[in-house]
Amino acid sequence: MSNDFYTLNVNGKDHQVADSWVGESLLWVLRERLGFPGAKNACEEGECGSCSVRIGEEVVCSCLVLAGSAIEQDITTIEGLSAEGELSDVQQAFIDAGAVQCGFCTPGLLVTIDDLLEKNKNPDDLTVREAISGNLCRCTGYGRILEAVQMAAASRRGEKRE
Amino acid sequence: MQAALILMPVTVARSLDHALAALEECPEALILAGGTDVMVQVNKGSLSVDQVVAIGRVPELQGWSREDDWLHLGAGVTYSEMMGKEISSMVPALAQASRTVGSPQIRNAGTIGGNLGTSSPAGDTLPTLFALEAVLTIRSSAGIRKLPINQFVVGVKQNALQPGELIEKISVPVLEGSQEFCKIGPRNAMVISVASFTLLTDVKENQVRSCLGTVGPVPIRPTEAENLLSNGVDWGKNEVSSEVLDAFASLCADAAQPIDDHRGSAAYRRHAIKILSRRAACRIFSEGNS
Repeated sequence: MSNDFYTLNVNGKDHQVADSWVGESLLWVLRERLGFPGAKNACEEGECGSCSVRIGEEVVCSCLVLAGSAIEQDITTIEGLSAEGELSDVQQAFIDAGAVQCGFCTPGLLVTIDDLLEKNKNPDDLTVREAISGNLCRCTGYGRILEAVQMAAASRRGEKRE
Repeated sequence: MQAALILMPVTVARSLDHALAALEECPEALILAGGTDVMVQVNKGSLSVDQVVAIGRVPELQGWSREDDWLHLGAGVTYSEMMGKEISSMVPALAQASRTVGSPQIRNAGTIGGNLGTSSPAGDTLPTLFALEAVLTIRSSAGIRKLPINQFVVGVKQNALQPGELIEKISVPVLEGSQEFCKIGPRNAMVISVASFTLLTDVKENQVRSCLGTVGPVPIRPTEAENLLSNGVDWGKNEVSSEVLDAFASLCADAAQPIDDHRGSAAYRRHAIKILSRRAACRIFSEGNS
């Protein structure tokens, strides 16, 4: 697309991508061209989930999406989960539960968990484990992440914290 | 619209006709479905792309339909969709196989048409599609042709798709009877198959259908083993003797044509088929002592 540009809708706003190479992944375009460094680049082969974004209604690995094919779709990155400067309920729960260690997997997990809670207000433990099975964390052992999911789910259901 | 096609490296097809016109214009274009195989290679630099026809949002390739005892799956049906209630009730083994593919993120993107287009020996839907003797509808701007799957997948990552063609749908019979898909990889989840096995029953015909995956250049039907098990099962009791099960497993292992590679040795793969085939049969039939 050297002489042309295409438009991606990221977090509700249109962004033009110009002078790009045909094989660029959505992850690369988000990070390097459009200034959304939240999605992380680790494996580039769909193993780790740290690049997870939501396209339309589904969470996918942005490293495996050809950027030029993602036109005219609603792309939601970690930056779009809450208003600027604010924390989303899932982000707050991660902090409260101590679910963040090195933090590299965190943006992908937050996108995945936000999507899970949109679709399932009261997920049981197995459902949560299955939902985050594509987001690898090598620090936490997942215990506090699972705790954070339940905290966020409870707050989304309007239950008060104990 | 068509004049502009030539200038655009990425054509996001809006309809089947649009995709076919783009492929006619540029028959060597890379057909991109879910991207879960292709983009790994592009990211690594092992595949360079000039022209892409993205078919992920072609409406005619989405969804499925049921026609008597046949299920027609659009090439764009994802693994996640195959795990859904409707498809999993009609072709349980396909749903089981889909569940072993990658992570939820991968299963949301990857498609049955992409699995066939890649034609990897480790393709997880392939054994079940071979056992079902699936029929592919292949379309180009010149028209359609139908091809049985064993004439489509012809070698390691080789298939009968010609330039300008794409897979439109995959048709499989809906059988009455239990089905099992098993897979072995280096760990329990998110793995490329080292060996896989599918076993389907057809209780109307009192027959089993089976297929081995990842242990040959293409999926292998162990016909001798299938015949032995079909004849050895007490279909009234849904029961089979230990001797028949052992013989079935041995014949399945004999039918394998595995290779040594970085994911496993040939000997291990053959052994794995012996275990998987017996396991699948034991999940479907009760083991009698006759």
